[in-house]
Amino acid sequence: MSTTEVPRIITSRFDHEDSHTLARYEATGGYQALRKAIGMAPAAVFDEVKAASLLGRGGAGFPAGVKWGLAPAEVWPRYLVVNGDESEPGTYKDRLLMERDPHQLIEGVLLACYAIGCGQAFLYVRGEMALAQEHIAAALNDAYAAGYVGRNILGTDFSVDVVLTWGAGAYIVGEETALIESLEGNRGMPRLKPPFFPAAKGLYMQPTIVNNVETLSNLPWIISNGGEAFAALGAETSRGTRMFAVSGHVKTPGVFEVEYGVTTFRDLIFSPQYGGGIRNDNAIKAFIPGGASAPWFFEEHLDLPLEKVTVDRAGSMLGSGAIVVMDETTDAVKACLRVVRFFARESCGKCTPCREGTTWLEKILQRILDGYGRPSDLALLMDVCDNISPGIAWPPKQTTICPLGPSAVSPIASAMERFRSEFDARITQAEQTRISVPVAFPKAVTHA
Amino acid sequence: MARLTAENTELALEIIARYPRPKSALIPLLHLAQEQDGHVTDAAMSQIAELVGVSAAEVLGTASFYEMFKFEPVGRYMVNICTNISCQLMGGEELLEHAESTLGIRPGQTTEDGLFTLEDVECIAACTEAPCLQVNYRYFHKISNPQFDQLVADLRSGARNDIPPHGTLAKVRQRIPADRRAGVVTPEDTAHPVWLASSQEAQS
Repeated sequence: MSTTEVPRIITSRFDHEDSHTLARYEATGGYQALRKAIGMAPAAVFDEVKAASLLGRGGAGFPAGVKWGLAPAEVWPRYLVVNGDESEPGTYKDRLLMERDPHQLIEGVLLACYAIGCGQAFLYVRGEMALAQEHIAAALNDAYAAGYVGRNILGTDFSVDVVLTWGAGAYIVGEETALIESLEGNRGMPRLKPPFFPAAKGLYMQPTIVNNVETLSNLPWIISNGGEAFAALGAETSRGTRMFAVSGHVKTPGVFEVEYGVTTFRDLIFSPQYGGGIRNDNAIKAFIPGGASAPWFFEEHLDLPLEKVTVDRAGSMLGSGAIVVMDETTDAVKACLRVVRFFARESCGKCTPCREGTTWLEKILQRILDGYGRPSDLALLMDVCDNISPGIAWPPKQTTICPLGPSAVSPIASAMERFRSEFDARITQAEQTRISVPVAFPKAVTHA
Repeated sequence: MARLTAENTELALEIIARYPRPKSALIPLLHLAQEQDGHVTDAAMSQIAELVGVSAAEVLGTASFYEMFKFEPVGRYMVNICTNISCQLMGGEELLEHAESTLGIRPGQTTEDGLFTLEDVECIAACTEAPCLQVNYRYFHKISNPQFDQLVADLRSGARNDIPPHGTLAKVRQRIPADRRAGVVTPEDTAHPVWLASSQEAQS
């Protein structure tokens, strides 16, 4: 683990009780990046973000600067949509950023709008996050009154409204095209890409940049300190710092901002300053490295750095920065079912392989867990998985519009690969139980 | 059957005016209706349809997709217990079972006194604080069985009146003062953003 002084970029105000207020924000360098930026050409601001090599923090890890550049030239208006619909199981960071430092996010939004030329911004917060909505509403009201948002920002001709909007309970809306549908007042069902890449055809079919809350929260620091200073932190393709939530069977679960690309899973799970090791000093059985959609990792992966490409190559993903730790007492079938059940419940129903497939997977796993599993069930599970994600490989292929369906395949592929014996044991048990039950059907009569 | 009050209708119009297309205000308006009545009534949906210029069926079509909207009366307090993976590992399912026996209801049901509705919910982003729950979308972290019973007792006795009735989310609303408003940008506003143009001129 790096022992050099790594700045806290996005959580720097978290220790203050009043971190969500304008007074605290201004007293700690707030809105200085905005002042600096409007003294620069928008293209120069854009270049700083590109130089930072900031990867999107929502899940896919697409470089923010590249994403911004995908908007077709000279097509106006452009919109900015902030994805604050954090709901990937295990993920807990955007809510903290919205509740505890809403002005940092708002300043990030303004910097993005200035650089890209967005005429209006929509800040979409997950419906269930009442406090985040409250703190953002209050922050926006204060920022409008202080002249940071709205018409003629800081007395210049830069004008943009930032509209707080919110959802109503649907995981799928975290997918950017589904979020746009939701923002248009529709059911949150993903659009087909191509042609509906938001940067080209997004909100109201206009070029739209959809960025995650954590991604945008990095921008004030990047503009204040320069893209190069940001890129100097981290490693390989993973620059800067990043927030990770470590949950499950660790002694001290928590959300930590660490240097990206350098810190390892072992550091996060075992170091006393982070996860503190496995509860009761148990052995680790498995861990999910990047939210429920990610294939599981095991003990041999602990020394991998939290670096995008390295983790991708090892067969999983850092996704949304959610590390869920399972100790040796964990029932693999039960854990697998719980994750699959989530995807079955949250499937939007648009694509048949996902709508039907995830439900089948849930039902089959449930009956295995309940002791009614059949010997053919494991092959059936894999067959259904293969229908949703042909080849059951990583990175996953899909027969669906969005990656939700294939996400339900990840935990099954992982658990079956590693803990097949637990599935077998439950089915064998079921077989034995069944034999002991008196057969209700009359035996075939053999006539002489 | 409750339409929006005059005051809420006023607020609805203010919200609609922030969006380039009125239908984009649908979800916030449905929340407003739910805040007023505790659930979303047919009358409110019909009125919202008129306000944003779509059919009532389209409003229901959108509303019924989202889990937070309730179309029948629910308890004053919606108790949502997370049982997703991080919470499951730390006892979320056991907490749900305990809540069922304390409240005497199963998930999806409401107590006879109309105070509590219980739901088992998916991840609510408090994974490091498992097991966790929300009451009317206010968080309670690392909840033990005795703490749950105390919470229920406090809600029954009125000791926790800081939690507003079901339907109310943020207690602060965004308000854009007329003199600070940059204005809605519709897809028809195809002009080059002024600040891009002026900085290009400055550069050249």
